[in-house]
Amino acid sequence: MNAFSLALSEAFALLAGFDHRVAEIVGLSLQVSGLAVLLGTLIGLPLGACLGVGRFPGRQLLVIALNGCMGLPSVVVGVVVYLLLSRSGPLGSMGLLYSPTAMVLAQTVLVAPLMAAIARQTIEDAWRDYEEEFRVLRLRWIDSVRVLLHDCRHSLLVAVLAGLGRAMSEVGAVMIVGGNIDRSTRTMTTAIALETSKGDLPLAVALGLVLLAVILVLNGLAFVVRQWAMRRYA
Amino acid sequence: MFPLRLRGLRWEAGGRTILDGLDLDLEAEGITILLGPNGAGKSVLLRTLCGLVEPQAGEIDWGGGGRPESGVAMVFQQPRMLRDSVCGNVELALLPMRLAGVERRQQALAVLERVGLAHRAADSARALSGGERQRLALARAWVTRPRLLLLDEPTASLDPSSVDAIERIVREIRTEGTRILMTTHNLGQATRLADDVVFIDAGRVCEHAPVQRFFARPASQAARLYIQGELPWRMAF
Amino acid sequence: MANGLLKFLGRAVCGVLAWASFAQAGETIVLASTTSTEQSGLFNFILPIFEKDSGIGVKVVALGTGQALDVGRRGDADVLLVHDRAAEDKFVQEGFGVDRRDVMYNDFVLVGPAADAAGVKGARDATDAFARIARKASPWVSRGDRSGTHAAELRFWGAAGVEPKGQPWYKEAGAGMGPTLNMAAGMGAYTLADRGTWASFKNRQDLAILYAGDSKLYNPYGVMLVNPARHPHVKKAAGERFIAWITSPEGRRAISAYKIGNEQLFYPLSR
Repeated sequence: MNAFSLALSEAFALLAGFDHRVAEIVGLSLQVSGLAVLLGTLIGLPLGACLGVGRFPGRQLLVIALNGCMGLPSVVVGVVVYLLLSRSGPLGSMGLLYSPTAMVLAQTVLVAPLMAAIARQTIEDAWRDYEEEFRVLRLRWIDSVRVLLHDCRHSLLVAVLAGLGRAMSEVGAVMIVGGNIDRSTRTMTTAIALETSKGDLPLAVALGLVLLAVILVLNGLAFVVRQWAMRRYA
Repeated sequence: MFPLRLRGLRWEAGGRTILDGLDLDLEAEGITILLGPNGAGKSVLLRTLCGLVEPQAGEIDWGGGGRPESGVAMVFQQPRMLRDSVCGNVELALLPMRLAGVERRQQALAVLERVGLAHRAADSARALSGGERQRLALARAWVTRPRLLLLDEPTASLDPSSVDAIERIVREIRTEGTRILMTTHNLGQATRLADDVVFIDAGRVCEHAPVQRFFARPASQAARLYIQGELPWRMAF
Repeated sequence: MANGLLKFLGRAVCGVLAWASFAQAGETIVLASTTSTEQSGLFNFILPIFEKDSGIGVKVVALGTGQALDVGRRGDADVLLVHDRAAEDKFVQEGFGVDRRDVMYNDFVLVGPAADAAGVKGARDATDAFARIARKASPWVSRGDRSGTHAAELRFWGAAGVEPKGQPWYKEAGAGMGPTLNMAAGMGAYTLADRGTWASFKNRQDLAILYAGDSKLYNPYGVMLVNPARHPHVKKAAGERFIAWITSPEGRRAISAYKIGNEQLFYPLSR
């Protein structure tokens, strides 16, 4: 109990004091995860929509694979991206390892399947609803994909938030490909892991609470935007 | 596309025969109303014509050619509207034509003007009343200038003034040269709109006659019973 | 309609990419090192001095010695600073590293529950201390991660004639020094730690240093450049400059000056 109240007061001190180092770390976390989610949105949502609308051989297998990827451990993604980006790996010449760019790539690999899987379910449900209308209108499937992506934009926000949550909270992938380098690739989660291993549990919990606060603020913003948009389009 | 000839259409689902060797000829002009009890096969016939249902037997002769790539439009009993503006929902139908965005918008606005929804073009389609929504569905079907327009009970559960508005639009669409085939259970509407009536029972065409003749002297026993059964229901209003 | 969304997303990507141009001014090298040096706070103290002096940024990736050597082997670091002499020599022999130099040393300490059920405090030397723990079958948490500390621990078990692997009292954490200490604190177990990490470790609970000071607990650190002949992208000049600095009088002064409380954690080695 004592340790916990200590953590709480330390968290408030961190938030209230606007510690410059913590702000830097929060900023990098937002930057990396935000970019990964943006790329995940551009890749995952159209991919999920294509799987939701398209009917082709092997589709079921792809859907199962995609759903399976939702549970992919971030450490595995980290190791695979590490091996790709390593100087001895196929993309080594780009020298991206231990850079924020590498972390963005790893998190994109992590969140894109998750976002695609959620989008696939959402779009497929909507497609069932509209299928006959669209078929009679002789919409090309690519038009159907685009229209449905637009039509489900409010529900797809859930996919984006899920991606953001996963990206912000994962530690395995960014730790391995980023290296947790001070002032360069240290994010909220790797900082928490570091403080934990230094035995500074109150600081670790305090950073965790800061992370939670950031995620809550983002979700609150998303909720407000969604409410506004829903009122606009019933 | 015309004359359109259907020969021996057969369609079964779940052990029930819905279309049972249906024959029908449609000439190029006018409004044809499909009448018949629930489950007679009216909706399935419309779905067959717009390509949603593939008959298991029989032939459709589209005036000598194969199934046309476009030119057939359909308004469902419960049209689905996108979570988008009224105008956006009309533009949806124009997507396959690959028009420029401005052109698409102009055509959509023009047809909305015709159905009296121009002032609501920017509103959300899902905020429309039942009558407005049905008019929007007609606009969406009409904007592609189809040769054949299929309407599945377009005025079911609408109030009288909305029904009136829909009927006016349907007549206008016909005047512009679109062939119309619609189902209804509203016999008053049938007499007001139809050039000819097709009476379907148990998956077959029992009778195909000009509208006056059909109501004055129905040739088949089934049609007679149907008219008698339905008329008192209409009188109740 | 859908076009508008695509345009918006396109603009968003460009905007964020511009904002997030993760560019870092000046030259930087990647230093793969051990958790002990990083977590003790040494690098936070000495690297700013070097960076100010040279204008070269140093990015520290803290791993176990074994992992750090692997990273060097793959060419993913420019300079290594590790503490496992045998493995370091092998690394150089195999042609992965060049210009290996001694940097500094600290020592290992045997920590355990203050009650000291195994009686380690009265041990004649470090080997005897390990033997006593094995005799009493007192719980032990091993790093188990091929780190320098792990290698040192295994040498002591060997010297004491004990084969701990598989014993019920012997737990392998497979983790860094900090998590291992967290485990030992939670279980009331003994473990071997480097003095630097121990000094900066905060979650000690009931743990205390029970044995230290034997010369066998000496823990030397070496620095080397990843062989540029094998990995041409290695920043040779900047890496060599770092190695020269950390073994120079200024570097040695900086290492000596780092203290937690009044305790000096690392002692520079003269060449």
